[in-house]
Amino acid sequence: MEDSAKISTAFRAAFPVTVPILAGFAFLGIAYGVFMNVSGFGVGYTFLMSLLIFAGSMEFVAVGLLLGPFNPLGALLLTLMVNARHLFYGLSMLEKYKGTGWKKPYLIFGMCDESFSINYSANIPQGVDRSWYLFFVTLLNHFYWVAGATVGGLLGSFVRFDLKGLEFVMTALFVVIFVEQWMKQKIHHSAIWGITISTVSLVLFGGDRFIIPAMIAILAVLTLTRKASERRAAEAEGGERA
Amino acid sequence: MIMTLGQQIAVIAVVVLGTMATRFLPFLLFPPGRPTPAYIQYLGRVLPAAAIGLLVVYSLKDVNILAGSRGLPELVSVAVVVWLHLWKKNMFLSIAAGTILYMLLIRM
Repeated sequence: MEDSAKISTAFRAAFPVTVPILAGFAFLGIAYGVFMNVSGFGVGYTFLMSLLIFAGSMEFVAVGLLLGPFNPLGALLLTLMVNARHLFYGLSMLEKYKGTGWKKPYLIFGMCDESFSINYSANIPQGVDRSWYLFFVTLLNHFYWVAGATVGGLLGSFVRFDLKGLEFVMTALFVVIFVEQWMKQKIHHSAIWGITISTVSLVLFGGDRFIIPAMIAILAVLTLTRKASERRAAEAEGGERA
Repeated sequence: MIMTLGQQIAVIAVVVLGTMATRFLPFLLFPPGRPTPAYIQYLGRVLPAAAIGLLVVYSLKDVNILAGSRGLPELVSVAVVVWLHLWKKNMFLSIAAGTILYMLLIRM
């Protein structure tokens, strides 16, 4: 069976890179499930929301929306704001997700921060099917999150182990991917702008509302520096060939 | 005031819809069949580095540098992750060491 060999090879290549997410999502997922439980929602809600929304921070925000007054338009606007960063991920993945067939809608549906960053920076080994690899990274991450949340929802307030700080595994993952990208690229202006503008925006606007201004400023700067940036990229290419 | 089941379902559906809109929109606007505008291709090349930078800052957004430990555990742990990764280039080592260090630092 050529097909099942192809699938299992892709699974075995994808699983190791998702292990940090397993640790992070087990912790954050359980925290979310416990939070839902103490907010008065049964495990059915936790399971369905983690399965269908699959955007960690938005699911925490959604608990507040469900406990407040009924305001669907406000809920929509807040969701668009909290999740606007996914627009950047989509633009970044237009090429990478090309030719993935029936898996593509699921890859896009499951493109949370972690799946995006892993799939974007993936060094897929020779001989491993690309679309199955991307699919398993997304599926495993989705599974960890739903499983963690459901376990948290079932255990509820009985959870008493001290894992404070384990959430840093996500920060560490993003930092590692940032460093990997840095080492791969010859031109660093976009990475530097991303960090600088986001930090300035965070200081100016605070944690709850810094993303949209940061995105607008990043887009503006990258657009204004396009000519210079493409010239430098061409020079770097030429330098490599020489 | 507590919502009815129907209202709860409506709110959850709106959140799902809003999230999916942000994920699907670029793919719907620029389908593979048609040539993607050069400007969008350019953004596709340069945005990822900036987006991952944004993600790093986003994951640290709740750090308060004016109170408590003043962000020192985060600063030290991030620096160790960067240094370890530049040195050993081992993803698991960098992430595990950085996280364990952070968990120790916030307990001191």
